[in-house]
Amino acid sequence: MTPLIEVENLTLQFRTDEGLITAVEDVSFTLMKGEVMGLVGESGSGKSVTAKSLMHLNARNAIYSSESRITLHTDTGPVDVLSLRTPRELNVVRGGAISMIFQEPMASFAPAITIGKQMVEQLLLHSDMSKSTAKSVSIEMLDRVGISDAARRFDQYAFELSGGMRQRAMIAMALSTNPSLLIADEPTTALDVTIQAQVIDLMKDLVSEFGMGIIFITHDLGVVAQTADRVNVMYLGRLVEEGPVREVIRNPRHPYTQGLIAALPKLEDLDAPLTPVPGDIPSPLERPAGCVFNTRCSQVVGEECMALVPMNCRLDETHSVACHIYREAAE
Amino acid sequence: MSRSLIQASGLSVHFPIGSGLFVKQLLKAVDNVSIEIEKGSFFGLVGESGSGKTTLGRALLKAVPISEGTAHYDDGEVAYDLEGLDGAELKDYRTRAQLIFQDPYAALSPRMTVRDIIAEPLEVMGLTKGRAETDERVREIAARCRLNLEHLRRFPHAFSGGQRQRISIARALVSGPKFVVADESVAALDVSIQADVLNLLKQLQDELGLTFMFISHDLSVVAHTCDHVAVMYLGRLIETAPTRKLFEAPRHPYTKALFSAIPSLDPDDDKTAQKLAGEIPSPTDQPPGCKFQTRCPHAIDICKSQEPALETEGGHDVACHRWKELMSLVAA
Repeated sequence: MTPLIEVENLTLQFRTDEGLITAVEDVSFTLMKGEVMGLVGESGSGKSVTAKSLMHLNARNAIYSSESRITLHTDTGPVDVLSLRTPRELNVVRGGAISMIFQEPMASFAPAITIGKQMVEQLLLHSDMSKSTAKSVSIEMLDRVGISDAARRFDQYAFELSGGMRQRAMIAMALSTNPSLLIADEPTTALDVTIQAQVIDLMKDLVSEFGMGIIFITHDLGVVAQTADRVNVMYLGRLVEEGPVREVIRNPRHPYTQGLIAALPKLEDLDAPLTPVPGDIPSPLERPAGCVFNTRCSQVVGEECMALVPMNCRLDETHSVACHIYREAAE
Repeated sequence: MSRSLIQASGLSVHFPIGSGLFVKQLLKAVDNVSIEIEKGSFFGLVGESGSGKTTLGRALLKAVPISEGTAHYDDGEVAYDLEGLDGAELKDYRTRAQLIFQDPYAALSPRMTVRDIIAEPLEVMGLTKGRAETDERVREIAARCRLNLEHLRRFPHAFSGGQRQRISIARALVSGPKFVVADESVAALDVSIQADVLNLLKQLQDELGLTFMFISHDLSVVAHTCDHVAVMYLGRLIETAPTRKLFEAPRHPYTKALFSAIPSLDPDDDKTAQKLAGEIPSPTDQPPGCKFQTRCPHAIDICKSQEPALETEGGHDVACHRWKELMSLVAA
């Protein structure tokens, strides 16, 4: 397998009135071609910010550290994403090689422009198709994602479609430029469960059909279990655990991942008490020193948890965890 | 003394749509729903968006007018018929029935201190005599909701989602209600915090003898907190039973589909058998017969013409023409 995108030492801060806020700290991972990676974490964990960095899409007050490097491998050679500046250069990653699906499909479509016009516009921008080819490609794509009567829907506005339909249209639009990487940021969170199941099935089909890499951002471990090959778990801007989906869910090693799974209400055992992870996520303005999880961790091993940032420990070839408990195992 | 706190029978909430002299259409948000909520129970109300679960909750709080049917409230001290309630009695009912909102970020005024937010219902309803008594009530309920005195002086922006939801809960409970409607009260919270708020609600129910109506789209949360569950679809009640019965042997095809749509934590669990096609129809353009027939994999002719009535068997109600037949198919 060849790598599709490599993220190395990504550190990202936002300049705000209240000072510098660290959103992502020293995150590294590699996504292979055709691989589906789940990026899991709670609000404020930095998962969306990490994903947006891949398209260099963060707000103007974002500061990337000098060690941060994101390399996208395209057919024409590697691209250093963070060095792209002009809109023309950025076109390569924004909508060209990388497409993104957002959580709220109503907010992602322009309300006063038809779905069709928006789909055609991006095809004209990113390919050398003629207007009529772009139209037929768009209608074909709408049909492919299960929108009935696609030719009529093409001329409709976003408000005329139901939530599930809108998200399908969003997926059609994202895939029509034939990206090599699709970033899906909580694509099913705003949908009802029965519709969520349809969209998940659709995305699984499309992965095998188009063979692109996918980064699936979600807070729902069930959704990850059903879609991803690999999982990255983030907490307060740091990558705390990384591994194959089966490994991480069945045999979580980081105390946070363990807590997250224990906190999920499970349908198989209604008598099991719900065990919350104690405490609240600290404000990003008050990041704890040492391990970022030390304020809520029930397995603190000693002083090092409070003072030292844990190194990434490789448990085996594919599974790694950033926690002092496993330090000896790694040495 | 009756065992039920709320007893609704044939309850409907219809909203007129269209403007001008002639109202052309009625949107039947809740249609002919009969439910009974026992005192001290945690009653779950489940359904997708557009199923009418929020509207039913609000109708029981008298926050939207009841169009047809009756709803009776009896907490042992007072008894009210909600459909015609007004004046002083309605005012009193407001202190006895309260709502906890979904989004703790939108529900709290950013310009008020936590103390003022929690005290507001007492002041508006005139339940206390003077500031000293108000402060005492606020402190007492805040302590029960695990907020400390230091928290009361601060503004909501200083709090995390879980803490904000505890403030919302304290505000809802400060007037000493007997009946609390929690509308998607943990939906906006992170998983690690959600369990904490659910445990708190259960504990408060125990300590204060509350009766909860817990509205949620999340079946696994409902399964863990509620003792009785009702499932709604397009304004109708389609199935209701004690939680265990419902989750062990759901009878309605829609309930079964809802269960199988929950993404399993087991990556190798491939539940494709019961996936539903299509979407919930618009409430202004309802199908004839059973409301679920447009998506039901088992629909036959009778489902398309005749609406099934709620049938009771073994304390488990279901509205489906074919449930018995389908259950025996599964058993065979």
